Amino acid sequence: MKIQKRTIALCIYFGLLVLPIYWMLNMSLRTSADILGNFAIYPANITLINYINIFTDHTWYLAYVNAMIYVCMNTVFSLAFALPAAYAFSRYRFLGDGQMFFWLLTNRMAPPAVFLLPFLQLYGNMNLLDTHIAVALAHCLFNVPLAIWILEGFMSGVPREIDETAFIDGYGFPRFFIIIFIPLIRGGVGVTAFFCFMFSWVELLFARTLTITEAKPITAAMTRTISATGLDYGLLAAAGVLTIVPGALVIWFVRNHLAKGFALGRV
Amino acid sequence: MEKWQNNKAWFLVLPAFVIVGFNAIIPLMTVVNYSLQDIFGPGESVYVGLEWFKEMLADHRLHKALQRQFIFSGLVLLIEMPLGILIALAMPRRGWGVSVCLVTLAMPLVIPWNVIGTIWIIFTRPDIGLFGVGINSLDLLEMPFDHTAYWLYAWITVMAMEVWHWTPLVALLAYAGLRAIPEAYYQAAKIDGASGWSTFFYIQLPKMRGVLTIAVLLRWMDSFLIYAEIFSLTGGGPGNTTTFLSIYLVMLATMRFDIGQASAFSLIYFVIVLLFSFIFYQALLNVGRGEKV
Repeated sequence: MKIQKRTIALCIYFGLLVLPIYWMLNMSLRTSADILGNFAIYPANITLINYINIFTDHTWYLAYVNAMIYVCMNTVFSLAFALPAAYAFSRYRFLGDGQMFFWLLTNRMAPPAVFLLPFLQLYGNMNLLDTHIAVALAHCLFNVPLAIWILEGFMSGVPREIDETAFIDGYGFPRFFIIIFIPLIRGGVGVTAFFCFMFSWVELLFARTLTITEAKPITAAMTRTISATGLDYGLLAAAGVLTIVPGALVIWFVRNHLAKGFALGRV
Repeated sequence: MEKWQNNKAWFLVLPAFVIVGFNAIIPLMTVVNYSLQDIFGPGESVYVGLEWFKEMLADHRLHKALQRQFIFSGLVLLIEMPLGILIALAMPRRGWGVSVCLVTLAMPLVIPWNVIGTIWIIFTRPDIGLFGVGINSLDLLEMPFDHTAYWLYAWITVMAMEVWHWTPLVALLAYAGLRAIPEAYYQAAKIDGASGWSTFFYIQLPKMRGVLTIAVLLRWMDSFLIYAEIFSLTGGGPGNTTTFLSIYLVMLATMRFDIGQASAFSLIYFVIVLLFSFIFYQALLNVGRGEKV
């Protein structure tokens, strides 16, 4: 009996979890006039007009492409910088390691709002404003520390004897690291890539500040629509639904490692 | 695990140090520089020493925002931690339900933060939102539900959004902790005739301590930095009732062009966050040590 009560409670919770997303989906399938004119629990006249508008207007669909470009760039950067550093933290004691790790973490905790103005100047001085690489680099501020944190957890789970054996067998460090070590923690690398992707994808403040038109991501495009043309709820909802799709796809691929990844590899 | 002592490991950390340092140290120095000056325009500035800091520390709007921030972050922990643990306990441990639960739980976490705000605007508006229309049609409230009109409704909406958005993270962490408990522990508890409650308090909760510390750390920090969701949902209003630290800071920095003032505020904000990071980091280290013994 107890199990059943639990299941019912869980179902109610998941119902509430899905409800706001469902409501946005509902709105995205109706015209604005329909939304404002009559209240309906489900769309009576399903229309794809909002989605068609987005896919035929290049300012909209390019915004998706822009976001995808810098998110992928950032994921690659973050992994490339974080992998060796995480290995160092998981295997070696060195001068100032504890302080270094803490300093890296403080950047994950730093309020993005603090960095807003200086970032504008810094990237402006380098003539990088409104480029994908600017956003990708800026997102390294919080993604590299996070990636190091997660990877370090996964790497510490690999016994050190493996490293020792490989070094005795005559492997140099780079060859050992790429051929033996990284494949051993590929689950962890996948999860870390997911987290970098996710945090770069959901971030708005830097992305909006550092871009104007050429590299403007979808999240920023949405806020500008609100202020410029009043509110076209149908269009807004459709754009919102489309922003959920990439994340949902990526979750599906890492679902088995997801829980461990959220625990930063430390279970 | 005993680690090797080798200072050459610095070479492995160097690339990460450079990229993060480039993004963190230069901007931070810029902020320090601004915070000591009064800037009228390009090239026109006067050194004012600690004036901006004195002014910001005495600013009652900052005090109010800080107060709100603490209440908000406190409420976040109070609601999300127990709820997340309950969900993790209720989740199935094997079978097809596991994947469904995990994927559904992770959904809100991959939605861009301002879209979260948009979802909740659409969901709670009194004219088109399911929640807004629903609760108003019940006719229970003294004044009709509208989160733009009354501070309490704004807070309820913001809290509902925050709990909806981030409780899944706590649940996922707690679930990861629960799954790591060997089956033998439960069997032993069963043989001893332990009740559900004592199994929870003496086995599950202690075993989840590490992941729950991470959860508290992440939730406290991230709720302290919250910006985009609230910016797109309430914009800090009605009045200033949902103006938290980040929102107030961006307002100062972009709308009133008081760069010096905003920079001083940034540094005060940063120091507060740093202080908490340090406390939580120490807590985290201690948890790690406790488990190894």
